Amino acid sequence: MSIIAIAKLELLIARRNMWVATSVILMGLFTVVLTLAGGAPTGSLGIDPLTVAVTSITTLSVYLIPLIGLLLSFDAIAGESERGTLALSLTYPLSRGEILIGKFLAHFCVLAFAIAVGLGLTAALTIWQYGAADLSFAPLAKLFATSLALGAAFLGIGYLVSSLVRQTGVASGIVIIIWLVCVVLYDLGLLGALVADNGGTFTKTIFPWLLVANPADAFRLINMPDGSVSELASGINAAGGASGTLGQLVSLLLWPIIALFFAWIAFRKVEP
Amino acid sequence: MTTLNIENVSKKYGTLETVKGVSLSLQAGERVALLGHNGAGKTTLMRMILGLTPITSGRIEVLGTEAGARRARSAIGFLPESVAFHGALSGREQLQHFARLKSVSMKRADDLLDRVGLSDAADRKIRTYSKGMRQRIGLAQALLGQPKLALLDEPTSGLDPISRHEFYDIVADLANSGSAVLLSSHALTELEARTDRIAIMSKGNLLADSSLSELRHSAQLPIQVHVTTSEADADRIAAELGGARVNGRSITLTCQQDDKIAMLGQIASLGAVIKDVDVMPASLEDLYRHYSISKEGA
Repeated sequence: MSIIAIAKLELLIARRNMWVATSVILMGLFTVVLTLAGGAPTGSLGIDPLTVAVTSITTLSVYLIPLIGLLLSFDAIAGESERGTLALSLTYPLSRGEILIGKFLAHFCVLAFAIAVGLGLTAALTIWQYGAADLSFAPLAKLFATSLALGAAFLGIGYLVSSLVRQTGVASGIVIIIWLVCVVLYDLGLLGALVADNGGTFTKTIFPWLLVANPADAFRLINMPDGSVSELASGINAAGGASGTLGQLVSLLLWPIIALFFAWIAFRKVEP
Repeated sequence: MTTLNIENVSKKYGTLETVKGVSLSLQAGERVALLGHNGAGKTTLMRMILGLTPITSGRIEVLGTEAGARRARSAIGFLPESVAFHGALSGREQLQHFARLKSVSMKRADDLLDRVGLSDAADRKIRTYSKGMRQRIGLAQALLGQPKLALLDEPTSGLDPISRHEFYDIVADLANSGSAVLLSSHALTELEARTDRIAIMSKGNLLADSSLSELRHSAQLPIQVHVTTSEADADRIAAELGGARVNGRSITLTCQQDDKIAMLGQIASLGAVIKDVDVMPASLEDLYRHYSISKEGA
């Protein structure tokens, strides 16, 4: 019951702070642009237009969804601690786990709503352009489900950071660094290592696991169809295939659980 | 059952000891004022009762349950010093949220908004509230679910005199319905008639813990008697009663509690030259100064 009360309040705050509107507009805008732009050259190629859209949206989502997840969560504990509202909440008869889960549920709903609107627009636009007859919706459903897992992972990471530091300013700086590392620097580092290794043992044994260990890369791999048009993605795809879909799935499912668990451990130590 | 039982509780931050072996207990229906300078340890003590701050040594029980346990927390209503809320919410939304956490009905939450005089502003955003209005929301949430123990940290700061008066009415109602109330304050004068017991803390020590009249008695502070007479007689009467002339027609005398009646008799026997007499027992301020200075030196 307390969890629902916390979630309800957080949803109300997210609506008031325009977080819901911002997330939905971000996702909606980018998916519409990519669906329309991605659709232009495919008519002659004979590839399923929805698959093309999913591929380009995946590339975008790898950046956008972790960012939205971190922005929703970095303030959750540190902000309340800084404003002085946390101490009062903690004197009520509910556990810190319940507070954390309540906040997570609310933020997860915001994220899910934004992603659903974005992908819904993609589906609607594609149907409007090509008709529903020959479209395969499975990749779109997979993209939705894995986007939720990716977002949940970064929500958890945001709560962890928010519990570990005292000021929201510091928390926001740290989550931006984490975002940069996960979606940009990590891949660059791995590519650099691949080039240096030149097809040695690192490329064959360690690299595939390092790749799926990053939830953003696991998300990218699982949603990229074989023989993808994107040359960077296909390069990583070929090498990443070794870990298989199972490894990617496990990574995407474990990350939210592990991140939330450590966020809970850190939150339990917070003295408001 | 004792509502709140604090047994020899200490709190250390590294080598700094902010609360030193404090013992205090509250029964149902008692109103106790916790007095002390800033940094005396009042807030730390309250935070330990709430379970927000771990206790270094000693024991705190709320209704026989260990402080900080869920059952102990559900029996407590807490008003923090400089209470803060999320500015994007309205007063009603914020209070209804707390009501849900305490399993109190929405109707009861709305009644409390009325009780603290906020029903007109209930649907405005809290960020537009004055400090006094935020304090009222804070008080309303502390009253949710008729707590067995109310902890009020500097509850009247930011309230105007009329609001303070209303506040103490609410506290009296709360105590009459069986709640124990522990409130800390700097504003000594307003506490005199409104609490059953006074506890004085200084530098982490509990220096005194009894009723105002007992404190007065054990402190042996002199009673001041102001005698007003005519200008012509002032010097003569001052000499006769052994007091000091303050201005043209007033004389100030001091005596101990036990000698008060005798002195008043002596003044009355002077007859018509005495225009007026005021008797002033040691104020809470005097007592507070007495206890915090004399015991600290020792």
